[in-house]
Amino acid sequence: MRALVWAGVAVALVLPLAVAATSPLLQWRSPVYIAAGFAGVLGLAVIFMQPLLAAGALPGLPAWRGRRVHQWTGAALVALVVAHVVGLWVTSPPDVVDALLLRSPTPFSPWGVLSMWAIFAAGVLALLRNRLRPRGWRRAHVVLTSVIVASTVTHALLIEGTMGAVSKWALCIAVVAVTLKAFSDLRVWRLMKPRR
Amino acid sequence: MTRHIKTRRDILLTGAAATLVTGATGLTVPARAAGVAPTPTMRGGANNYRPGAPIVDRIGNGGFWMTGRVRRAGDGTPLEGIRIQVWAHTTEGHERDPQSHGATLTGADGTFRLEMPQIVPAFGQPHGHLAYDSPEFETVFLRPVMRSASDSTLHAEFVLQPA
Repeated sequence: MRALVWAGVAVALVLPLAVAATSPLLQWRSPVYIAAGFAGVLGLAVIFMQPLLAAGALPGLPAWRGRRVHQWTGAALVALVVAHVVGLWVTSPPDVVDALLLRSPTPFSPWGVLSMWAIFAAGVLALLRNRLRPRGWRRAHVVLTSVIVASTVTHALLIEGTMGAVSKWALCIAVVAVTLKAFSDLRVWRLMKPRR
Repeated sequence: MTRHIKTRRDILLTGAAATLVTGATGLTVPARAAGVAPTPTMRGGANNYRPGAPIVDRIGNGGFWMTGRVRRAGDGTPLEGIRIQVWAHTTEGHERDPQSHGATLTGADGTFRLEMPQIVPAFGQPHGHLAYDSPEFETVFLRPVMRSASDSTLHAEFVLQPA
């Protein structure tokens, strides 16, 4: 069972990356553009791991240890988002400026920008965690992660890029599924009810 | 929470408010008697534009056709000798690369066609860019999206407003 869970996680992470790495589009892209795209794909893979780590759903990584890893992978996610946006900006500045100013013609752009700000906010909030009340912090973190998951998945699915259609859909469905499972395991809805 | 039931008064108020807002802000477009409306510039149309692309027989090694038609606003008369500039992310270069840009002139029937390398998806969509940017008419930038990345042609319609 242990091995099966880890094998499943490995497939979920490696398969979409492998498909993207063999995309014919890569041959017509500069190294910076390719790196920017892969930063996005890797970011989606990190988002898939985050709920599993937080909920202690991975064999050998109970929640107290998983959450240590979750902090580092969360920091990595912030760095990947920065690399994604900067790499795209270097490749085509006006397209990224349009996206950031929410005047892009592509429907996926505002979802990516929303996700970016939610990831940055989650990062800042995590740094301030010790200064916040635990319940308030958890509540905000759950709200932000819900926004991140929904907007990132929408962003990814609307893009015609290097990711394969089937593996992209599969990973996005998996991201939503593990998020809902973690929310359920951690009984986050209790946070949202007003305290008696 | 108390449930709010939509009354006729609510509906009338909403309608009155909508009329006031559209009337006051000029969001309504007057009906045009004489037919063909000018083409508005598309969002992102001017991205990575390099003014003054040379008129060429073909961009790069070709294999893909950018086609289109240019007419005058109002009466819809086809416009001849209009310079249209074209660029895209193709199998031979990024949008910003000079070799990805070229221009052509319309024929007597207002149509143009320019052979160029195959457009490939970039920044999330397989799309091309076209510009009309000369003195006689108002500048227009278009950014049409291909229905499928495997299409080997893309069409654009310009209706130009005299400057």
